[in-house]
Amino acid sequence: MNKPPVLTVEGKATAVSLSERVHWIGALDPSLRTFDIILKTANGTSYNAYVVRGSEGVAIIDTVKEKFSGDFFARFESVARYDEIKVIVLNHLEPDHTGALPELMRRAPQAQLYISQKAQSMLKALLKQDEFAFTPVMTGDKVSLGDRTLSFFHTPYLHWPDTQCTYLEEEKTLFSGDVFGCHFCDARLFNDEVGDFRFSFEYYYAHIMRPFKEYVNRALVLIEPLLPLNNILPAHGPLLRDQPQRYVQRYHELSKPALESEIGAGEKTLLIFYISSYGNTRRMAEAIYEGAMAVDHVRVSLYDLEGSEIAPFVDLIEGADGILFGTPTINGDAVKPVWDLLSSLAVINLKSKLGGVFGSYGWTGEGVKMVEDRLRGLKLRVPIPGIRIKLIPTEEEIEICREFGHEMALDLMGLRQPKMIDMADLA
Amino acid sequence: MAKASITFEDINVTVTAPAGTRVIEISEKVGSGITYGCREGDCGTCIMKVTEGWNNLTEPSVLEDKVLRENMAGKHNRLACQAQVLGGTIKVRPV
Repeated sequence: MNKPPVLTVEGKATAVSLSERVHWIGALDPSLRTFDIILKTANGTSYNAYVVRGSEGVAIIDTVKEKFSGDFFARFESVARYDEIKVIVLNHLEPDHTGALPELMRRAPQAQLYISQKAQSMLKALLKQDEFAFTPVMTGDKVSLGDRTLSFFHTPYLHWPDTQCTYLEEEKTLFSGDVFGCHFCDARLFNDEVGDFRFSFEYYYAHIMRPFKEYVNRALVLIEPLLPLNNILPAHGPLLRDQPQRYVQRYHELSKPALESEIGAGEKTLLIFYISSYGNTRRMAEAIYEGAMAVDHVRVSLYDLEGSEIAPFVDLIEGADGILFGTPTINGDAVKPVWDLLSSLAVINLKSKLGGVFGSYGWTGEGVKMVEDRLRGLKLRVPIPGIRIKLIPTEEEIEICREFGHEMALDLMGLRQPKMIDMADLA
Repeated sequence: MAKASITFEDINVTVTAPAGTRVIEISEKVGSGITYGCREGDCGTCIMKVTEGWNNLTEPSVLEDKVLRENMAGKHNRLACQAQVLGGTIKVRPV
């Protein structure tokens, strides 16, 4: 059993050695309970920053939240001098990683700052200062520290557009930014010494990376050829020195489409969610279901929102190609269970899924339009205007619902007839 | 008034629209998969591919060129929130 790392010497924060040339100079924040509004943490988090020493200078990879700058600088000073800093790399510009940057640049004005191409506009907006010189880098760019080399991998949307990973070639060590990170605070630092943090790792992925699965898969194409790695050093949570490939593998598993094996090639899935107080919106939903079922290769499913918690529906929507919502209008609004589901979809990617809305109403019927606007706001495409039916649908109106379902399913399969419209005729 | 005919290839819909209309205004009305974020030419969410009629759209501004570059956009890409139709035939689709 290794001894826990020494984080302070005579009350002063000190760096932790990860190899002869690499040190951890981050900070622990054990009292944090809510991160970025959306994430909970039961034992805080860490802001991991690192120093790499080469024969021709020192590099710093990421900094810490401003409030923890004292620990960061003290740890740095325990292993290097400011005039030795040649390179500062920011893998991600969120304030918890850039808080100490202005002061660091003041102390090491000779250092060259390396950020991703997409980070350029963010740097200015975050720091509100113009005087920072920087070098934008892309995948494949390298910077030499003499006998140590840093190379960059742009991994956009993990979890901001700017995010990148930095690879220390000679030590097979990946500084992964927020990728493979988690909010888990444990002074023992290393994944083979800290408490069980699997739940934090999974939770972090589910809230931070899940909306960007497509980009996770693209990033893995860059990262997997680097395996076997000696270390993955993320910007939050335990330092992954023991079997780092397991975490890469877990990202791989989490980022696969959930229904891949059940849905055949060329098939599309269409989900119809509804909620109904007197059965009118339900009747509409059933007719839409019938209409959609008449189109080959569309796997249609009908769900009553009253019948489940939200989380399983979010999972279903993530894997679906099209989603239709049936909502009554009550007191001039769509009903709360519909909004509850629609406000829970930020954790998944919805871009370009097909969407549509329908519903029965008593005297106004605004709910359908409101939900349509929400679907567009969530970046779904809404190719067919929603249908609203006053109270109990007639047989003719039920037929309209069948046609709506049929047209939606055709649209999903790319089979709708070409259409010519004059802009003036669009609402 | 001059009109343009713009086809959204992902939904197979062609719209006749007055010159000067921004592509995103038409796209959201007909439900094309060209989605948008800021609508101010900053975020790059609405990048689209122009498959026909490049010259029937307004020229990209310096700002739009910068955003397209930052997003590593392809040669035939434009921002739907910035490109306005001028006339003739245009074909676009989401990237």
